[in-house]
Amino acid sequence: MTIEITMPALSPTMSEGTLARWLKKEGDAISAGDVIAEIETDKATMEVEAVDEGTLGKILVPDGTEGVAVNAPIAILLEEGEDESALKDAGGSAGGGGTAAKAEKPEPVAEKQAPQESKKGEASAPATEAKPAQQSGSGDRLVASPLAKRMAQQAGIDLSKIPGSGPHRRVVKADIEAMIRGDGKAQAASAAQPARQDAAAAKPSAPAPAAKSPTLPDDLLPAYEEIPHSGMRKVIAKRMAESKQTAPHFYVTMDCEIDALLETRKALNARAPKDGPDAYRISVNDFVVRAAALALLKVPAANATWTETATRRFSRADVSVAVALDDGLITPVIRDASGKGLAAISRETKDLAERARAGKLAPEEYQGGTFTVSNLGMFGVREFSAVINPGQGAILAVGAGEQRPVVKNGALAIATVMSCTLSVDHRSIDGAVGAQLMQAFKRLIEDPLTMLL
Amino acid sequence: MADKTFDLIVLGGGPGGYVAAIRAAQLGLKTVVVEREHLGGICLNWGCIPTKALLRTSEIYHYMQNAKDYGLKAENVGFDMAAVVKRSRTVARRLNNGVTHLLKKNKVEVIDGTGKLAGKGKVVVTKDGKEVASLSAKNIILATGARARALPGLEPDGKLIWTYKEAMVPEAMPKSLLVIGSGAIGIEFASFYRTMGAEVTVVEVLPRILPVEDEEISAFALKAFKAQGMTIHTEAKVSKLAAGKDSVKATIEVGGKTETKEYDRVILAVGITGNVEDLGLEGSKAKVEKGHIVTNEWLETGEPGVYAIGDVAGAPWLAHKASHEGVLVAERIAGVKGLHPIDKRRIPGCTYCQPQVASVGLTEAAAKEGGRKVKVGRFPFQGNGKAIALGEVEGMVKTIFDEKTGELLGAHMIGAEVTELIQGYGVAMTLETTEQELMHSVFPHPTLSEMMHESVLDAYGRAIHF
Repeated sequence: MTIEITMPALSPTMSEGTLARWLKKEGDAISAGDVIAEIETDKATMEVEAVDEGTLGKILVPDGTEGVAVNAPIAILLEEGEDESALKDAGGSAGGGGTAAKAEKPEPVAEKQAPQESKKGEASAPATEAKPAQQSGSGDRLVASPLAKRMAQQAGIDLSKIPGSGPHRRVVKADIEAMIRGDGKAQAASAAQPARQDAAAAKPSAPAPAAKSPTLPDDLLPAYEEIPHSGMRKVIAKRMAESKQTAPHFYVTMDCEIDALLETRKALNARAPKDGPDAYRISVNDFVVRAAALALLKVPAANATWTETATRRFSRADVSVAVALDDGLITPVIRDASGKGLAAISRETKDLAERARAGKLAPEEYQGGTFTVSNLGMFGVREFSAVINPGQGAILAVGAGEQRPVVKNGALAIATVMSCTLSVDHRSIDGAVGAQLMQAFKRLIEDPLTMLL
Repeated sequence: MADKTFDLIVLGGGPGGYVAAIRAAQLGLKTVVVEREHLGGICLNWGCIPTKALLRTSEIYHYMQNAKDYGLKAENVGFDMAAVVKRSRTVARRLNNGVTHLLKKNKVEVIDGTGKLAGKGKVVVTKDGKEVASLSAKNIILATGARARALPGLEPDGKLIWTYKEAMVPEAMPKSLLVIGSGAIGIEFASFYRTMGAEVTVVEVLPRILPVEDEEISAFALKAFKAQGMTIHTEAKVSKLAAGKDSVKATIEVGGKTETKEYDRVILAVGITGNVEDLGLEGSKAKVEKGHIVTNEWLETGEPGVYAIGDVAGAPWLAHKASHEGVLVAERIAGVKGLHPIDKRRIPGCTYCQPQVASVGLTEAAAKEGGRKVKVGRFPFQGNGKAIALGEVEGMVKTIFDEKTGELLGAHMIGAEVTELIQGYGVAMTLETTEQELMHSVFPHPTLSEMMHESVLDAYGRAIHF
């Protein structure tokens, strides 16, 4: 009896993912626990381990397939003694496998069902859904222009995966070009909804002349390289645009003197064991994370986020820390940061950041969070303002600590000053609340011993 | 005074405006057209149509003069200029009536007067200095067209120095004629007057005539016109026109020399400029650049709810482009789904000179820009049975394909009836055919269209008859 390997859920909320890479090929022997493939979600890459043993009979979903629904069959495992002939009736007898929820055809059509099964309508859903003409791929004629067919073949693109934007959903040259550029789905979605384009086109106050339109002919542009959007890039684009378009941001900037903090940090780090499990090296940012968490507890009205029905005020400060990656960024979460000491925060941040850079974070390690700290101080940035993560009410942008002239008791003096700017979602948090949070934060930063209280 | 609310106001009843209005009415929009002069616009009254009537006359005249080539006898062949012009005007009037009828049939209201934007969603119409209507609508289409461009020192006087308008209704045949500009308009008049017997000189500032066409076509046309006895100066400039009593002294700079010559009449055909004045654009967010209203690919101006189509919205200045834009805007306003902006590369262009010129898509030079590899096919009229039977052996069909994808990038034709043939390639391009479908299409024999097939075959080294 063949066994179907299905798309695993990497987190409770995951509904689909990208099958990034097969690490085994058809015919390979598989033992339980072998890593057979890598799955990508929005932000992380996870390994898929085999549960059963046997021979990898057939790969149903090839490398790099996006939008594979959770529980969709991705491969067929042959048990001992079975050969390829067993594959033929694999479909019909799949029920016996037990794990196969809906494995009717061993065709890579599973991903097409994904958007329909996904509860949260992803951007790709409307485009892919409404495509009866190309549904099964088994015998139905593909509606595509001859040029589109040839271009798809040359580019190695599966035509059945392209939503056509031409008459009667015919796949045309522009669809292939969009797919090669990497924005195929967006293109199709907008073509299907001219009304939405209306709204978008009406918005800019400038007359949106041809120079700004997406159809700007290439001969007016210098040579360029097209970098296809990664899953992460798409998520960043979607979430940041959503935030700036829906959350009215206001900004509160506070200068914090950190000479005392630097002294404390030096003293603490001097006490750190050289190595071993208790070793630590506390950064300024660790102080910032802890101070932010404590300040949020002092001003609970600022530890809040807007939802359509109510403002959610959180009981705990979970601080997300922005970590820059080669091709994007990710915000792993220090849960209950106010309940953790500086060394614990430091170790946890370091571990999360390292695994984030390796693409090995589990979704629950970067999802959630009630507040974010983004620090560009290491680049010498004096101050900046950050975009609020959707789902949160505020984000703190931390600049570099630098020596600046300050006035103390009527006389000029030198102090190490760090400018911090809080971006606040005005829907849920008002100006005075934001200011109170920064006031509390400043007190903690400038008098770091109070962080012990 | 009428004070009415519509779904759509169209300013201008030319091929852009009236077509937009009819389509809008078909889609259930309450529509009004404001036209200051004549329905059908320049195209129908003073452009495309009446010139085709004139050129038909010159074509038949040409055949009559060469009757013996066909075994016919035609003696004392001549013409009555007044009757020639009268026929042309009758054709225009007939079509003008046709447009009036079509608008009425589609229940489009027509207001006689000059419309002007008067604040958001408002248009005021005046006639003879008096306000005759105040209209309001959520959507307004500006389709006011264009007029001949005048250059400093080269201004028309309407008597000796003509624009297209005077050139269309000559009282007598000029003995000598200077045509300034060798675009479609200049060349059509040059061809008409030359065929009717005038000494014609064409001056073009650019290095070749019909400058938007493929270089090979320009060169072919140049040779043909010279053989007909036209004088053509390229990279030349008319720097001064001095109108006398019944002739014009023209100062022409050509090849580093300046010469002064006298011509009976001069036709200015140095391009056109949009009718953007007095539209009430000043108070709006719509922008005007280089004499045309700036729009995006959906023909939206900077002012919400205000669209611009056709000549007033810029090149290519072609009636069929205006009509197509009108339909697109009307459908977009009505909320029709699945629309696409117009791909201007797929708009064919036709010039009704003798021999005719027609093209669609990229020229060979444009296709090769950016290093694209192309396959080029050519087929001469001499290799086509029908062309020989017609006695029309002058011409060629050129096709350009993307070497990698087989996409038909451009088609360029010169010769008899090519303006009627070009649509075949236009349809092929719009359907995104490759060379394969064109090769597999069966072209009827004997027709000139077989050359379209042969040209495709030639691009892949497979032409049969040459």
